[in-house]
Amino acid sequence: MVEGDEMSHLLEVSNLKTHFSTEAGLVKAVDGISYYIDELEIIGLVGESGCGKSVSQLSTMQLIPTPPGEIVGGEVIFEGRDLLKYPAHGPEMRSVRGAKIAMVFQEPMTSLNPVMTICRQISETLELHLGMNRETARERSIELLKLVGIPSAESRIDDYPHQFSGGMRQRVMIAMALSCNPRILVADEPTTALDVTTQAQLLELMKDMVDHFRASLVVVTHNLGVVARYAQRIYVMYAGRIVEAGTTKDIFARPRHPYTMGLLKCVPRLDEERGRKLVPIVGLPPNLVNMPTTCAFLPRCPYSIDRCRQEPWPPLKQLHDQHYVACYANMEEKVGELNAK
Amino acid sequence: MLLAMPIWRKRLVNSTQNNIVLDVSNLKMYFPVTRGLLKHKIADVKAVDDVSFKVKRGETLGLVGESGCGKTTTGRCILRLYDPTAGRILFEGLDISRVSERKIRPLRRKMALIFQDPYGSLDPRQSAGSIVGEPLLVHHMVTTKGEYEERIEQLFRIVGLDPSMVDRVPHEFSGGQRQRIGVARALACEPSLIICDEPISALDVSIQAQIINLLEELQAGLKGLTYLFIAHDLSVVRHISNRVAVMYLGRIVEITSSEELYSNPMHPYTKALLSAVPIADPFVEEKRERIILKGEVPSPLNPPPGCSFHPRCAYAKPECSQIIPPLHDIGGGHEVACHQI
Amino acid sequence: MSESRETVIQEFIEAPPRVSAWKRFITVFFGRRIVIFGMIILIGLMITAIFANWLAPYDPYLQDLDNVKASPSTEHLLGTDTLGRDTLSRIIYGSRTSLIVGFVAIFFAATVGMTLGLVAGYFGGWTYSVIMRVIDALMAFPMILLALTIAALLGGGLRNIVIALGISMIPPYARLMCGQALHIKENDYVVAAHAIGAGNWRVMLRHIAPNAFPPLIVLMTMMIGAAILAEAGLSFLGIGIDPPGAAWGAMVSEGYRYLLTVPVLSFAPGIAIMLVVFAFNMVGDGLRDALDPRLRGTL
Repeated sequence: MVEGDEMSHLLEVSNLKTHFSTEAGLVKAVDGISYYIDELEIIGLVGESGCGKSVSQLSTMQLIPTPPGEIVGGEVIFEGRDLLKYPAHGPEMRSVRGAKIAMVFQEPMTSLNPVMTICRQISETLELHLGMNRETARERSIELLKLVGIPSAESRIDDYPHQFSGGMRQRVMIAMALSCNPRILVADEPTTALDVTTQAQLLELMKDMVDHFRASLVVVTHNLGVVARYAQRIYVMYAGRIVEAGTTKDIFARPRHPYTMGLLKCVPRLDEERGRKLVPIVGLPPNLVNMPTTCAFLPRCPYSIDRCRQEPWPPLKQLHDQHYVACYANMEEKVGELNAK
Repeated sequence: MLLAMPIWRKRLVNSTQNNIVLDVSNLKMYFPVTRGLLKHKIADVKAVDDVSFKVKRGETLGLVGESGCGKTTTGRCILRLYDPTAGRILFEGLDISRVSERKIRPLRRKMALIFQDPYGSLDPRQSAGSIVGEPLLVHHMVTTKGEYEERIEQLFRIVGLDPSMVDRVPHEFSGGQRQRIGVARALACEPSLIICDEPISALDVSIQAQIINLLEELQAGLKGLTYLFIAHDLSVVRHISNRVAVMYLGRIVEITSSEELYSNPMHPYTKALLSAVPIADPFVEEKRERIILKGEVPSPLNPPPGCSFHPRCAYAKPECSQIIPPLHDIGGGHEVACHQI
Repeated sequence: MSESRETVIQEFIEAPPRVSAWKRFITVFFGRRIVIFGMIILIGLMITAIFANWLAPYDPYLQDLDNVKASPSTEHLLGTDTLGRDTLSRIIYGSRTSLIVGFVAIFFAATVGMTLGLVAGYFGGWTYSVIMRVIDALMAFPMILLALTIAALLGGGLRNIVIALGISMIPPYARLMCGQALHIKENDYVVAAHAIGAGNWRVMLRHIAPNAFPPLIVLMTMMIGAAILAEAGLSFLGIGIDPPGAAWGAMVSEGYRYLLTVPVLSFAPGIAIMLVVFAFNMVGDGLRDALDPRLRGTL
């Protein structure tokens, strides 16, 4: 378990497990992850598709469809209470979702209700959570739209989602998420569906907003550049578990898990020498159905030792400071030698 | 594996006097917007608006830009999947811009296309072998069944797929493997030009590197194989291309070698684009200058007059909104379309 | 180069598990009991039609004028009709008529309809407009009227009924296939086929048609039920099969006058029609679910 100091964190997740029963078998989408986030922090949850990063965030808010999914274990401590103890559709969860912990999704077209005006959609949240009346909610909505940089907010407030471009819609999503002044904003691959320059705009906006509202931000992404730019601490996920955790600078300067190292070596960088041959990670992403008990990265790992084949998945061990790695080779300090690029 | 290729490889280095495989001049592709029963035209979507470039044999030209810039349409025009509105396309010296479909068909074996979507680009009801072998049948490149199967097996090996999977259908392969099938299909008839239309954006990061490496190896091994690499990911384009053309709203705004593009970008849009790409290194990111553009990419239905970038440009002067800047050479093959340079 | 070989082998080992499409189809198709029930009825129908000679206790044309309109008894399990013919035997032989009408009419309608739809959807433009307008006109024409017209022109009888039904059933196939073609045309693999240099017919027959089939197969099964029902309706009106041919609709018509006295004369064929149409619909339902592309894929 990754613990910072003994001080209480804004949100602390311990040993969260979410499973899905599918046609092909049991999928352990999230298989025991622990992380925390403090006030005014930006953390990154990094991993490729299928690693469980999105599911983990949905789990903290109990947004997992049950069936086929089920949160089978762990704790989500927020404001001194374990959120998982409350019923998924109960009043406690509803008071947290959208108001205290808000989420911005990847696909703005499907997260916005196409038959409701933007005004209704934002006002609804305000009326529900903050008890505002119609006029106040409307005014606040217009303010929020201005804040996120939508031009002519007063007239656009009554438009429908399809009348906005992709970037604009995402701004509306951000406005909605921030409307009740949440403590934590979770951005789930918020810019993958957008152009590069729009991505840059939106990420800067989110950072500004989070500063403005004094909230914390969880950025869930597969883009290492994005976390390098914005996150203070990152958690690297693979096959439902956290394999490496630490401050951004430490992890990029001294990546220790073979997966993290592999990711960094296989991505072309805009500022590197041309002609560097990319070093791909061999093999295929893991098949999450009926995974073996050994380390999920083993088939693709160039540093594996005998212990990796014999023992179950390694636990996260502290290396130094806040840097944690889940790797036997690391513990035997083999990786250190091979890490010298 | 590549070195073990037989005689057919030599056929590629055939005698075309021209070293220029592709010569595009003033290409325009307008899509009419119609209304009413009689399809009365009310406007044009100027997807490609006066685009010119040359590609040398064996080189890779990257075409980069955001949504609506016309890069995909350019690629499809070159393959005559659309009929260009105006302009000239010389493929290996032959003008293919206005020729009939019947005349183009035999040429199609020399130019191939790799798609973005590894799921949609393969017929779900065809076996992998049959997909790869179809071009052979269409162009009567093989005479016996034995030859056909042998060639398919060879193609599978070249792209790194196990030939025993010839009878499997697409959904039995992973995304990266499907993309390899697409590459094998493109190689089937020994093309001189392969247009890669966002070939890796739909793949996981760790798999992207595998495909990039594959494409590079192929080009190194198959003398004379030329790529037109269309993508929005600048880091990847810079890595794989010799020269890069940046497109904005249907026009090329800058074209130069990849090194020069990164070390000395001239066009304001190029600079903004480069700045928007996050680099996986927090130390570098800290020090980078961030150019955040205002506004959004305008719709191709209604492009701004003059230089289409002027509304978002920090250096715009009155002439920028009146006259379309032509591409002019500023030295060493570096061309920019901007009045202020 | 050895590294590449290893990559190949590793990829083979770790390829996603091979989920048999057939197995999944069977699981979903036979998943609902009502579908199984429908299949049983259909199989029963096939057997009855094929082995009618052996199953029928009497010759369906054999008249027994001493024994008209008899109630069900041990000799005649469903009684006899107005000419003393055994009802049960007539029903058994009638299954042949129904099946022939159903299958042939649908086969004809489907073949013509799908071809027209494919061509219209693929080429678009004027081809589409012309073909679709013709189909619309055909659809507007009431089937009964069409059947009557053909009967008037060519005479009655089974063959002409099948033609009439076949023609009147073209529109749904044409429209569905056209819609499918328009949709499938947009897929990258169709563009890929063009890019390879495949000709129009190759693209249409090799790429579009096979992918368009699933909903069409479902449509076919369901419309067989409709065809049988339509034939029954036509025979009821007296247009269909000529007496003394055994056809369920005709039997219902003949027995209709005696509904209160000898109800079995109409009810027996009526129930047969109902069961068969129901069975075809259930099987069509099952097929549609089993062929659902959303169920495709390993996970």
